[in-house]
Amino acid sequence: MTVQKLTVRKALCEAMSEEMRSDDKIFIMGEEVAEYNGAYKVTQGMLDEFGSKRVIDTPITEHGFAGLAVGAAFSGLKPIVEFMTFNFAMQAIDQIINSAAKTHYMSGGQVKCPIVFRGPNGAAARVGAQHSQCYAAWYGAIPGLKVISPYNSSDCKGLLKAAIRDPNPVIFLENEITYGMEFEEDYDDDHIIEIGKADIKKSGSDITIIAFSLMVGYALEAAEELQQLGISAEVIDLRTIRPLDRETIIESVKKTNRCLIAEEGFPFASIGSEISAMLVEEAFDYLDAPIGRLASIDCPLPYAENLERLALPKKEDIVRKAQEICVGI
Amino acid sequence: MVKLNKEDSLKIYKEMLLIRRFEEKAGQLYGMGLIAGFCHLYIGQEAIAAGMKYNMNKDDKVITTYRDHGHMISLESDPKKIMAELLGRKDGCSKGKGGSMHLFDLEKHFYGGHGIVGASVPIGAGLAFADQYKGNDNVTLCYFGDGAAHQGQVYESFNMAKLWNLPVLFIIENNRYAMGTSLKRASSIDALYKRGEGFNIPGVQINGMNVLEVIKEGKKAIDYVRSGKGPILVEMDTYRYRGHSMSDPATYRSKDEVSEKKKNHDPILSFKSHILDKKIANEDEIKAIDKEIKGQIEEIVKFAKESPEPDESEIFDNIYQ
Repeated sequence: MTVQKLTVRKALCEAMSEEMRSDDKIFIMGEEVAEYNGAYKVTQGMLDEFGSKRVIDTPITEHGFAGLAVGAAFSGLKPIVEFMTFNFAMQAIDQIINSAAKTHYMSGGQVKCPIVFRGPNGAAARVGAQHSQCYAAWYGAIPGLKVISPYNSSDCKGLLKAAIRDPNPVIFLENEITYGMEFEEDYDDDHIIEIGKADIKKSGSDITIIAFSLMVGYALEAAEELQQLGISAEVIDLRTIRPLDRETIIESVKKTNRCLIAEEGFPFASIGSEISAMLVEEAFDYLDAPIGRLASIDCPLPYAENLERLALPKKEDIVRKAQEICVGI
Repeated sequence: MVKLNKEDSLKIYKEMLLIRRFEEKAGQLYGMGLIAGFCHLYIGQEAIAAGMKYNMNKDDKVITTYRDHGHMISLESDPKKIMAELLGRKDGCSKGKGGSMHLFDLEKHFYGGHGIVGASVPIGAGLAFADQYKGNDNVTLCYFGDGAAHQGQVYESFNMAKLWNLPVLFIIENNRYAMGTSLKRASSIDALYKRGEGFNIPGVQINGMNVLEVIKEGKKAIDYVRSGKGPILVEMDTYRYRGHSMSDPATYRSKDEVSEKKKNHDPILSFKSHILDKKIANEDEIKAIDKEIKGQIEEIVKFAKESPEPDESEIFDNIYQ
């Protein structure tokens, strides 16, 4: 085990490369993954190491190659499918949901589909509405899928390795803005993180702030600022969306009695909606204030800088909303 | 014309007849309310599944859309379990969780049974991709209908299959109607086997109502793919006697059209005549087979009816491994 600095981009690449070294059934396919070294350079160097049989450039044909990879998984291979962004995976969503997620059930357990669909999810910066959507709630709604959306390098590496080893179809939602972020952590070659476990990134006693992906960074910054204002915030990084770690969330809220959920997705039927409903059902007696939700505004993401800023939650929004919830503390 | 010995001829006759009688019985059980939902019968198209099966190697794979009973039977999967699945019973091949459109038998290399029109085509290309990746000489027979032939992902699959020379036969079972829409009303061209030309995939049209033609021409197509030359597109000219599904009275075509097909092109009657004309077997031997199938169908129905519904405790099983 060594403490080192690692970017999210490199962590993802290491996770895939380490797994591919130990299991030759694993291959990666997608647009620009091989000769171009990845549209966002996540697969940098993998073609050189593993060759074109296992690092495969596809034509721009998301529905087709997603379905082809599902067929390969049915037949015992372990495909990693990179979508240049999950926005393009909407072209392939029938194969992901109807074929990958449901066939194991529909076949009475005969057909197995060990596959990872991965790529950047959510808004990047100034790329407009069609390239800026969070799909956590969409895929999170589907029985048969596991859905992961980590934040830092260590979690990205450990969870991507777990996703590749998992025998079920896994949606792995990355974030373009975090790719270049560097995190100092402990890493080793067998660094695996269990799917379905949230992580308390900071403990606190007054309010539980729940986030995933990029929003975890904002939540941690907000927690520091809240500390200055006399509010002790606990920050939970969900890491896995499905199966949701209900226990960690409920235990935290039982302690803090207040909860705020922050995410980039649309507000209607969001991850925050689901967690709010769960808390009302299972921890109502512990709540001292209404649950707060922060999400994107209910609007396609605008391009103009000022409008884009208005659309997505930021650190300041988390601080403000947490203060409202904690009024009287 | 391909020559088959007596044993193979009778085996194929029996197989086609089993599919026909199985489907007729499924239609009856549907009418009685024992089968529900969507149920698409293969009657009229039996020569395709039976003929192509004759040409296959043991480890070759098959995938198709929701008109899947006949293919599964031709692969010698247990018809009792298929009928139990249609009835939604515990002993069904998918434990009662799939139904008519979602039959699977991986031991027989049958990968379904897919309900979304066109979606099984890239999956079929993926099965072939896996065999190429593993370095064996298996081929995949990827069946779909003339309706599916208009889906975009079919052409995405053609492109990748030829680009990578995948060992896959794309087999269009052209039964002339995509639900109620005739091919003429859905396609700018009549010859679907030419649909691969833009991808440099050769195409061949086969009389899918004649099992000997299917065997002869189908073998050439399989040999081509197995030799490593990449995919081929096969159009099987065929006809379904029944409606698209059990809920379709098929009023979009004339009774004369259907009866002409039944009278002059029926794959089972014509093969039976061939067997008798060529003195491969005599009337008594054919009658014995008819009787045997009748008895088999009774056993199949008995098994399916006696199988219990799945335990309620099983509802959450098989979502995840």
